[in-house]
Amino acid sequence: MNLLDRPPLLVCRDLRFAWNGLRDVIALPRLEVRRDERVFIHGPSGSGKSTLLSLITGMITPRIGNITLLGKPLSHLPATRRDRLRADHIGYIFQQFNLLPYLDVVDNVLLSCAFSRRRHANASLAGSCRDEAERLLDALGLDGAALQRQRATELSVGQQQRVAAARALIGHPELIVADEPTSALDTDARDAFLDLLLAECARHHSGLLFVSHDLGLAKHFDRMVRLDAMPQTAAA
Amino acid sequence: MRLLVLAFKSMRQRRYAVALTVLTIALSVLLLLGVDRLRRQAHSSFASTVSGTDLIVGARSGPVNLLLYAIFHVGDATSNVSWQSYQEIAALPEVAWTVPISLGDSHRGFRVMGTTTAFFDRYRYGAGNRLGFAEGAPFGDLYDAVIGAQVARRLHYRLGQSIVIAHGFGGMRQMLHADKPFRVVGILAPTGTPVDGTVMVSLAGIEAIHVDWRSGMRLPGMQISAAQARTMNLTPTSITAFMVGLKSRLATFAVQRAVNDYTAEPLLAILPGVALDQLWNLVGAAENTLRAVSAMVVLVGLCGMLTALLTMLDERRREMAILRAVGAPAHAVFLLLLSESALLAIAGIVLGVALLYAMLAVVRGVVQERLGIMLTLSPPAPGEWLLMGAVLVMALLAGCLPAWIAYRRSLADGLRMRL
Repeated sequence: MNLLDRPPLLVCRDLRFAWNGLRDVIALPRLEVRRDERVFIHGPSGSGKSTLLSLITGMITPRIGNITLLGKPLSHLPATRRDRLRADHIGYIFQQFNLLPYLDVVDNVLLSCAFSRRRHANASLAGSCRDEAERLLDALGLDGAALQRQRATELSVGQQQRVAAARALIGHPELIVADEPTSALDTDARDAFLDLLLAECARHHSGLLFVSHDLGLAKHFDRMVRLDAMPQTAAA
Repeated sequence: MRLLVLAFKSMRQRRYAVALTVLTIALSVLLLLGVDRLRRQAHSSFASTVSGTDLIVGARSGPVNLLLYAIFHVGDATSNVSWQSYQEIAALPEVAWTVPISLGDSHRGFRVMGTTTAFFDRYRYGAGNRLGFAEGAPFGDLYDAVIGAQVARRLHYRLGQSIVIAHGFGGMRQMLHADKPFRVVGILAPTGTPVDGTVMVSLAGIEAIHVDWRSGMRLPGMQISAAQARTMNLTPTSITAFMVGLKSRLATFAVQRAVNDYTAEPLLAILPGVALDQLWNLVGAAENTLRAVSAMVVLVGLCGMLTALLTMLDERRREMAILRAVGAPAHAVFLLLLSESALLAIAGIVLGVALLYAMLAVVRGVVQERLGIMLTLSPPAPGEWLLMGAVLVMALLAGCLPAWIAYRRSLADGLRMRL
């Protein structure tokens, strides 16, 4: 099967969304992410980056327009189907505070498998999910049983973000969505994190949608998309 | 299942707040079940104060009144039953046995009851328990007395103790039957009934101390010594009341009617079980108040749980956003919070029941001795399971509030992390 025949990973068309029904915080004519593609989304604060990510992950639905994930009409599915699609096909990395404080490192990674049978099955192809979690953590530079049994809160911010990356990657989701994951890191940690994330995405053939206001990172990506702040209406 | 594990681990993280919440619920459950158990066992102790007796007969008054003075020794009889009426009713063909009761005197605050040795054979309490002697034996001599367990304990009496009976129930010094002292020959085992606080002597003994008395006063210039009294005819002219056992319980109502229609004097026969229930209903208002208070305490306990869950919701928004991001549907957030309420309530109920049994084990001896209430360590009764179930259901209903708030928030927040 020719790669080009397969539907793109993600297609957004004519998106409009307003949080409280007052004013659109997002108006995006078109956004496409192909498989294996690394897309950098840049926008000033208030340009609706987080809102866009909520739409893409199916947490909310657009007022107008549609979103297609792996050929499925994400924006027009009922909530539980959207939750299922997110669990199965999307790995999400928050800006910070990614981890549940009451779980250890490995259990935090395994959360992704807990809510998706598909990712549970994918992750246990070469043994158990736990093996896969440990392998991913090793690859992300968090090696050693002692570290992996630690409480998530005992890690440095940089380590926590790498655990979050492992959780996003486990079970081979097609799309990794990262919301300014490096903004809380210093330069060295940022570069190390980005290198590891990009390498693992490439290895798992996952598409990457990376949001940041740090234009210096754009050079690592295939493509950059600019989000502009919505023009203020006269009334507002 | 995985939600329960998450809820459990999450609560372990907040163990101090959780432990306090569980303790609050446990204490309220302890009170609820404790009050219920005490109430039921007080009722059953009370209802079996007299068992095995078919009828109690006294002068005509009210059933509760007769029961109060004849069995509980509370208040005084308005009039007596003549010895002749007693003899005639005792001779009815349906009657198997009778035990006369003659009241009116006291010893240091305890009632003195004149009766026959049949009392020790016929009186039953609880599930047909007989009176037992801790020491000694029934009275044989005219001036012998048997004392209840409480009398012996309070007054530190041993066998052979000489006691003086006072006239009436005021304990006034000048009214002592000091010329005819009695000797303790028997001490009864504790029963938890009014018998524990009673001094029992023979009918003839009661008669003997009154031979030189009329209308509650010592006859002036008339002194009959204890030894002289022995030679006299000591058949009483009247008694206070008597207990009746029938050959067949089928005859109960017929005999009761015969006594109530007795023409020689106005008498009243009551069924002790029915009268005991009537008496219990009188104290029912207090009982309901107690139950209402314990139910309120459970509500307070659940409010404590709600407070703890609601105040923690804000700091847990991040936790909910993470779970949503890894694909947990919004209803899983609801269920997570609800299962926390369930775990808290179940832990509280289990701890409450454990505390209840621990407490019962500690206090049952004292309660039995002091209050005469037999507390058993029996497994929870159906009513108690029902109460526990009600607490759990109420906890789940209450838990819907934080669960619903978290559910609404996680829908509204999307993936925006609010800190």
